[in-house]
Amino acid sequence: MLASRLFFALFWVSTASVAAEPDVARQKELVHLVRQDCGSCHGMTLQGGLGPALLPADLRDKPVEGLAATIYYGRPGTAMPPWKQFMSEAEANWIVQKLMSGFPQ
Amino acid sequence: MRLILSLCLALLVAACAAPQLRGTGDLGLVIERASGHVTLVDTTTRQPYARIGGLGDLSHASAVYSRDGRYAFIFGRDGGLTKIDMLEAKIVKRVIQSGNAIGGSISQDGRIVVAQNYTPGGIKAFDAATLELLSEVPAEYAPGKFSKVVGLADTAGNKFAYALFEGGEIWVTDFSDPRRPTTQRFPAGSQPYDGLVTPDGRYFLAGLFGEDGVALLDLWQTEKGARKILERYGRGEEKLPVFKMPHLRGWTMAQGKVYLPAIGRHEVLVVDVATWKEVGRIPVRGQPVFVMARPDGRQIWVNFAVPDYGKVDVIDTLAGKVVTQLEPGRGILHMEFTPRGENIWLSARDDNKVLIYDTRTFNRVGEIAADNPSGIFFTTRAARIGF
Repeated sequence: MLASRLFFALFWVSTASVAAEPDVARQKELVHLVRQDCGSCHGMTLQGGLGPALLPADLRDKPVEGLAATIYYGRPGTAMPPWKQFMSEAEANWIVQKLMSGFPQ
Repeated sequence: MRLILSLCLALLVAACAAPQLRGTGDLGLVIERASGHVTLVDTTTRQPYARIGGLGDLSHASAVYSRDGRYAFIFGRDGGLTKIDMLEAKIVKRVIQSGNAIGGSISQDGRIVVAQNYTPGGIKAFDAATLELLSEVPAEYAPGKFSKVVGLADTAGNKFAYALFEGGEIWVTDFSDPRRPTTQRFPAGSQPYDGLVTPDGRYFLAGLFGEDGVALLDLWQTEKGARKILERYGRGEEKLPVFKMPHLRGWTMAQGKVYLPAIGRHEVLVVDVATWKEVGRIPVRGQPVFVMARPDGRQIWVNFAVPDYGKVDVIDTLAGKVVTQLEPGRGILHMEFTPRGENIWLSARDDNKVLIYDTRTFNRVGEIAADNPSGIFFTTRAARIGF
């Protein structure tokens, strides 16, 4: 029962992320945004700056939803602003997945 | 005709073989952040004259100059410190001095180059001639707790002032004995994000991100400690998101006033230096990043954080308001005035160009190609306190 629910949940997550995959042109824009604009605090190579490093090893133990929410809504009390005017929640999710698996150049 | 051409070529070759004498006062460099290159430029001809690669990660890179204006010291994000000969257009020496750096400064006597680091947090002093490490000051503000260092600026007597982002303090380190530095500490406020020394070297200001206000330290009377100015300038209003931290340097002073970027407000704050009281605020078209006075102080040029970084506003200090609004290009990251301010160079990152404007007519008078240009640094910085 639990196993089938888990299977269902996994299935749902994977279809959702496939459905949310931005098109190629938009992916290019998002990569540019992350490298150049997120890069002003996190470093263009994402090794950190005023903001923390965002390399796969740094994010490994963090939940995807939490990271996506940090991008989308920001984190009050820190220098991290909300980026929701620049992207959808699905796109924030896509960015997190790419960050966790090694971000494109 | 062909003879004349080959004669010219021969002359050119001869000119290359025997180095031509020239000064460096009208030279500078452009950081090409993505590709680890710098392009060396001549502000008289408005042309590049060389390009140097192999400088590592140059995102947020900055440069200072030796007092003779011959050598540039470039601080890269990856902790690389590179010394460049502006005349021979080559790397003289390069060291990796930390894991993650954010800039640096050079001492009053020109002998010590100091790098400010995020990881490990602190500053390091190097011999300007050899880049040999002389000493370091870890930014350990509480036992076992290290802070990122921001706003490093040179002051009189081979002292350097800087601020600690997590530590919330201003530190002044005296390198008059460069191998045995001594440090004074001053409480500053919540999350200083950058700092500046006034052009006379007297005051150090640290902009605060975690609260509305600016910390001020009189370096002539450090026993009085740091105090806050512009407190609560937001007056409890909700802040707009800040998509890029503003940058402070002594260029922000003009005509007895300091023009400071507000944090989370689309305004430039104007402070009278005699009283350190706010005397005005000027609405602009975005979150200001660089608020830079033309060398004569008549104009203040303001660029903005994303998404407004295609715009530049120009404030006339006599009128006390924005008089010109420009849309020069995509991703205007940095600006630099020619030594006496007749031109300003703007880096348009996403256009892969540096744009040159006449500051009187606002006409574009030139442009040069550069790969994702960011910082522009001219050798005139060599003679300025706090640059």
